[in-house]
Amino acid sequence: MHIDWATLAAIGVVAAAAAITVVLLISFALVGLSGRTGRQVDDRAPGARPAPGVAVAALCLVAAGLIVAYGLYLIVA
Amino acid sequence: MDASLIVIVVVVTALVFDFTNGFHDTANAMATSIATGAFRPRTAVAIAACLNVAGAFLSVQVANTISGGLVDETLINPVVIFAGLVGAILWNLVTWFLGLPSSSSHALFGGLIGATWVAGGVGAIDFNGVLNKIVLPAALSPVVAALIAVAATYLAFRVTARADPGRVNRGFTISQRVSASMVALAHGTNDAQKTMGVITLTLITAGMLAPGSPPPFWVVLSAGLAIGLGTYMGGWRIIRTLGRRVSDIHLIQGFTAETTSTAVILSSTHLGLPLSTTQVCTGSILGAGAGRRLASVHWGMAGRIVLAWSFTLPAAGIVGAGASWLAATGTAGVVVVAVTGIALASGIYVASRRDAVTAANVNDLPGTVEDLPRAPAAGVAT
Repeated sequence: MHIDWATLAAIGVVAAAAAITVVLLISFALVGLSGRTGRQVDDRAPGARPAPGVAVAALCLVAAGLIVAYGLYLIVA
Repeated sequence: MDASLIVIVVVVTALVFDFTNGFHDTANAMATSIATGAFRPRTAVAIAACLNVAGAFLSVQVANTISGGLVDETLINPVVIFAGLVGAILWNLVTWFLGLPSSSSHALFGGLIGATWVAGGVGAIDFNGVLNKIVLPAALSPVVAALIAVAATYLAFRVTARADPGRVNRGFTISQRVSASMVALAHGTNDAQKTMGVITLTLITAGMLAPGSPPPFWVVLSAGLAIGLGTYMGGWRIIRTLGRRVSDIHLIQGFTAETTSTAVILSSTHLGLPLSTTQVCTGSILGAGAGRRLASVHWGMAGRIVLAWSFTLPAAGIVGAGASWLAATGTAGVVVVAVTGIALASGIYVASRRDAVTAANVNDLPGTVEDLPRAPAAGVAT
């Protein structure tokens, strides 16, 4: 009886990496965007520059978008 | 029985199976989106239906899952396929009635295996293939999905803990809409293909299509429409189970569960070991529930679902075997199987009306004490 453990392990690793990466990217993007509202419960001084947060958020969202696009490509192709 | 008549019967039965497959699996993509309020119930099933139809047309690979070496194809004839489909449809209806998310693919394989067993003997079944392609993935996929979802959910809650709640909720609502749509699309490319594979196989075994032909356009069209229509009907009973009765689901958890499902389904499909969408999605939802608070998972319901999974293959197999035995006796046998199947299906439908679950009450909570209190509805924050 042959069980294909290697494929199963590969599925687990690839899926975990993809899912956790997307979730983290979206989470960081939302944290970055939160800075702009000024309602963030943070010990940062009010009026701190929001630009870095927004830039990080944009970068994260673009990266997440690329992963989603690759997923779409996998579905369609 | 006339060859062309039995082919018509099989095609109709296959489309009925596709329809049950559709409403049985709406929950996979949309249960958590409906529970968290990311989509309104009707919108959710409409989107899932469109994406399932689109998915049926998108995929260029011909699903070879059905004849992928589980049973000896030379022993299959349209009557065997018909019997297998009847077993799968009945099991799908029973689990839908009970509100349990079980795998439609496993029901189909179970039905076909049972029917082939009777028709061709035990030697016609590749048990090594059954173990490797069905039993083992079935046992492992929910666990893998659950573990990934636990990690993803835990991290998402940790990272966004100090962020602006309104923005977080809005962000995750949008993200969840995307992730749910991905699951629905992936489902369409997978499951509609299975029915196309069955119909094509029938046409080939009846000599109406050259071996190795791709599915004709009318097959793609009718299979896509059947699964889309089934999805639009919405298996509200199963949506309620997965969205409300497995765990309390917050917007973040809906998003992490669906992202995990998409990642597992896509990676498994492309690494050549397709997993059951239903089992992956159920595992992800359990994991997402546990990733926030272990106690928020209703383990009794989880146990019932696992029990249904372990019965899916044998139960559909036994019905398929019985149907195969009867149908093999001739035209009268096929008619008896068809009439019995329709009668049982109607009975299940009538029984379901007594306690109907619809778009209107799908988010209602069970009235038992242990299910309360619950976090306030995690809709779109203002």
